[in-house]
Amino acid sequence: MIDIPASVLFEGDAAGEVLVLDEPLSFWGGVDRESGVIIDVHHPQQGQVVTGKVVVMAIGRGSSSSSSVFAELIRLSIAPAAVVLTEFDHILVLGAIVGNLLYKRRCPFVRIDPADAARLATGQRATIDAAGLHATGLD
Amino acid sequence: MSELRLDARDRAAQRGELGEASRHAMEIVVAYGEMVGATRLIDVTSAHIDACLHHGLAGVEFAEFLRDRGGRVSVPSTLNVSSLDLLHPELYRGDDTVRAEARRMMDAYVEMGCTPTWTCAPYHLPVRPGLGEHVAWAESNAIVFANSVLGARTERYGDFFDIAAAIVGRVPDAGLHRAENRYADNVVDVTELFAADRSEVLYPAVGLLIGKLMDGISAIVGLPDDTTEDHLKALGAAGATTGTMAMFHAVGLTPEAPDRVAALGGSTKLPELHFTRQMAIEALRGLTTRSEAPLVGVSIGTPHFSISEMRRTVQILGDRAIDARIDFYVSTGRETYATARSEGLVQRLEEAGVDIVVDTCTYVTPILRKLNGAVMTNSAKWAYYAPGNLGVDVVFGSLEDCIESAVAGRAVHGESGWIS
Repeated sequence: MIDIPASVLFEGDAAGEVLVLDEPLSFWGGVDRESGVIIDVHHPQQGQVVTGKVVVMAIGRGSSSSSSVFAELIRLSIAPAAVVLTEFDHILVLGAIVGNLLYKRRCPFVRIDPADAARLATGQRATIDAAGLHATGLD
Repeated sequence: MSELRLDARDRAAQRGELGEASRHAMEIVVAYGEMVGATRLIDVTSAHIDACLHHGLAGVEFAEFLRDRGGRVSVPSTLNVSSLDLLHPELYRGDDTVRAEARRMMDAYVEMGCTPTWTCAPYHLPVRPGLGEHVAWAESNAIVFANSVLGARTERYGDFFDIAAAIVGRVPDAGLHRAENRYADNVVDVTELFAADRSEVLYPAVGLLIGKLMDGISAIVGLPDDTTEDHLKALGAAGATTGTMAMFHAVGLTPEAPDRVAALGGSTKLPELHFTRQMAIEALRGLTTRSEAPLVGVSIGTPHFSISEMRRTVQILGDRAIDARIDFYVSTGRETYATARSEGLVQRLEEAGVDIVVDTCTYVTPILRKLNGAVMTNSAKWAYYAPGNLGVDVVFGSLEDCIESAVAGRAVHGESGWIS
């Protein structure tokens, strides 16, 4: 079990399988908003699905329309379970805030230290709560 | 961390005394303010709203949610491009559900008091913010232009925050709203690049390279004295495409950079990079996806053309017609379109076979009739996004080469031949 301290950007509890993104991802143009599949042909995780995952990434990238795409994923119940960032990114968080306002479904956002993020690997199980982030498996 | 202190009016909004929509809008502005560690909110004089482009039903329902709860903007608010051309509805080739949803969304924003400008270039409108004025602008290219060329102050705001800020007329006092955050973080020297050649495609090349290679605010040294607003617009749009550029200084040209010292705010030891011709060539060549594909279209006007760009297009075209094999699109705002019509430019372009697109843009919505080949553009932003959004091949070239290609019916590389 790895316990990692996290600062909360948008609070909530969540659990899911970890998906580590090796590069920043623009949700607009980068994630299919009907299936949750990463469709950015330049992205190393192209073809992976963000739905239900604890998505670990440095930061979003590019378009400010990513807020709208993120809210749409929440509307369709195909959003990530949670998003873990290492840099501050308000664009995606706003998508989560509005998604919760409209559809009463919470996708928490936390920020952790890049060194801690390096300890997370795709396929681990992770939970997020008020105490931080906890990951198990693949040890 | 010091906490966000709200004034009496902010608290009234927060308590719902100014209506349900204001309460939700204030919630969003406060959440953002707490995330960035701001200690207070400040007034803005205008907003530019990007959330009016259709990306699924959630955005539509958010606009209607605010409208139905009495949402009303409290500052002059312009609207970014939508998914539809209301003046030329026949150009839209998408499905009817999306058309209807896009229309609902546009109506909701207008009903909240926004001005139906439908342009990604609000800086071409007659009233624009001045030096030091705080605004809440979304749309990446408009943000760069406002900060850099106008000297107005905005953060990189995105969808949802934009309308929230417009309703309460307030933003957190953070980021580029604060003078100490507006100095350069690095220096980019383009003297050598512009010494050999004055081709206008060098401007988007500089933007592409800054977006890719630099973080924060770049002070650009060595841009020619006759650099125009249209040039700086192309530079900024490119920079906000490949990176997260929100502001640059063009030393000697932009209002907060009369000289290098002013742009750097007294810093003497900043990273400095010289851009070479080879770097520019590689950046621009990277925009062309398949140069041998048959040319089926030309699309210019991303960001929306200014009246000077409309005049230049007509001047280069002269009395010639577009080749029958080529679909030629020029995108602009409806204000510029009206001016262009009064000058006879619209009539000349239509007579030559050009489709003029307003209120939207050809890479965000289904408008192009032919996708089975390459489309040429002079816009780095269009070139970057169109292959993913539309599935077309792209050839990049100067405005002059775009027009010559449209007349010839095949890709011509004259003026910008050095990047082909």
